[in-house]
Amino acid sequence: MATLSIPNPVPSAIEDAEKLRKAFQGWGTDEKAMIAVLAHRDAAQRKQIKIAYEDQYKEKLLKRIESEISGHFERAVYCWIFDPVERQAIMANIAIKNKVVDFPVIIEIACINSSNELLAVKQVYQSLYKHSMEEDVASHATGDFRKLLFALVGTYRYDGEEINTELAKTEAKILNDAITKGEYNSDEIIRILSTRSKAQLQATFNCYKDAHNLSITKALSTKTPNDFVIALRAAIRCRTTPTKYFEKVLRNILQKSGMDEDALTRVIVMHAEKDLKEIKELFQTRANMTLEQAVAKKTSGDYENFLLALIGN
Amino acid sequence: MATDEQLALTRALSGDGGLGVEESTLVSIIGKWRKKPEHISSFRKSFNRLFSITGHIEKCEDDHMQKLVMEFSRFHQITVLWAMHPHERDARWANQVIHKNHPSSILVEIASTRSAEDLLGARRAYQTLFHHSLEEDVAYQVKDSKSKLLVGLVSAYRYEGQKVDNDVAKSEAKALHNALKTAGANKIIEIDEVVRILSTRSKSHLKAVFKYYKELHGKYLEEDLSGDALLQQTVLCLDSPASYFSQVINSAFKEGANHAETEGLSRVMVSRSDVDMEEIKEAYAKLYGAKLADVISKKTRGYFRDSLLSLAGEAKA
Repeated sequence: MATLSIPNPVPSAIEDAEKLRKAFQGWGTDEKAMIAVLAHRDAAQRKQIKIAYEDQYKEKLLKRIESEISGHFERAVYCWIFDPVERQAIMANIAIKNKVVDFPVIIEIACINSSNELLAVKQVYQSLYKHSMEEDVASHATGDFRKLLFALVGTYRYDGEEINTELAKTEAKILNDAITKGEYNSDEIIRILSTRSKAQLQATFNCYKDAHNLSITKALSTKTPNDFVIALRAAIRCRTTPTKYFEKVLRNILQKSGMDEDALTRVIVMHAEKDLKEIKELFQTRANMTLEQAVAKKTSGDYENFLLALIGN
Repeated sequence: MATDEQLALTRALSGDGGLGVEESTLVSIIGKWRKKPEHISSFRKSFNRLFSITGHIEKCEDDHMQKLVMEFSRFHQITVLWAMHPHERDARWANQVIHKNHPSSILVEIASTRSAEDLLGARRAYQTLFHHSLEEDVAYQVKDSKSKLLVGLVSAYRYEGQKVDNDVAKSEAKALHNALKTAGANKIIEIDEVVRILSTRSKSHLKAVFKYYKELHGKYLEEDLSGDALLQQTVLCLDSPASYFSQVINSAFKEGANHAETEGLSRVMVSRSDVDMEEIKEAYAKLYGAKLADVISKKTRGYFRDSLLSLAGEAKA
């Protein structure tokens, strides 16, 4: 469930556009007023506000926002304003064009969406960037990452519930063979992970666990840090237990040293209108503090206020 | 001395020299020979291909009966295919490649000549019919060197716009050339760069790549791919589908065409009738110096012939 909270009744888009205009005018920016509006509207409402603002004031809302605020706050608001489909297309493009492809972003987008949701992201990607997402992933990623990311992004997976138990057992064995040989980049691992339906994949992993008394993600832990294995584990988690995956990502960001604001922004913004509630609840049991407390400890200022507003404070 | 009817009946039932059967001729002979069983009896004695004397009867030969079933059912088959949703057609053809060992070239054809939306539609239809994704079945069942290319091609959801970055096209033409030069002739179908470029780039971009390839290296890409028929076919399908389809049609008409080749005729005529039949007719005339309609009239028979002509947008002969 979403953590996004919208006032009832919700003001009209024109009223909201006026409030934003007021927030921009004069010296400085009234960030609290911005957050009060933008962090409490859903995708459709935000779109209407953008249109109303541009109609009334003859300037693009995004451009104005970019000139009024900066830093992590600005990046978070920018990501948030778009609807989920366009947002993911934009984030995918940024991840791909990074010096080194930011693989967690691509894996998340490719694995947590249903086939049709991912297709919608790819369609918007094409209209924005005049390339297919597949061709950009393939031309920017290299080696094993290219194989994995391309397969995850390119497959239009079957979303049905049927399970073939014999096949699950066979493929669990195939996975085990590859893992015991240390062939983490094996074509078979990538094939199974990227083409099988969610139900079939889950069944395969269950067979694996039954046969080896070890979950597949634990089996893929290596003593030496290996980015590709990290990517495989991320893909496995995103495809089967996304809530747990994102909870862990948040806990890593908020409870370890250092700070990755981009990743924090990404998780909060991408899930606030989707399933942040479940992630929040799991976080609380695992971290022994609420997500709000953890975010407040590690962030500050307008950025903190914006995130807290999205988390449902 | 054989009568006209015997000759006509021989032609109709021999399955030789043409595809399909002349239904109207058969119907009229049946009428003419009514109450004259000696005619059909004498025909049975003379037509050894279908009948052989066994006991007191001229028994039908099983092999030939099978062949006849094929010829009689060409019209049936083409009609059903024509009536089907195009995506279901493509899904069923793809399934036959995967599960009934039909030639992989059909998979390459479908993946490379359909528009991005139609290929996607075929994949959706495949899921509806077979409860698996096409990608997973191809990846699982095709385990030889073709696997990379085929999985790549069927997974494609290409950008369909005209925008091309010429610098990238040039560099990819060079990359292809390098990749082909440095690999042994046998495994070019597995080279990552080759598969990547052919299976992800837009068709406009690829046409530019193929153009630059010739300009920079003096040879057409297909010439340098001559070690691998499937790759050559992929390039042809992407660059000039009308020429490709003309070739498929023409193989059906040659002497000793096999089952897959004759099926290709029905497949192409049905699947392209509403899409690019005019371009195919033009390409056919250029390649073979003959009008497609004329060749169809000469080489096929009966309702099958008439339906092909209709699909080609031509009046009956």
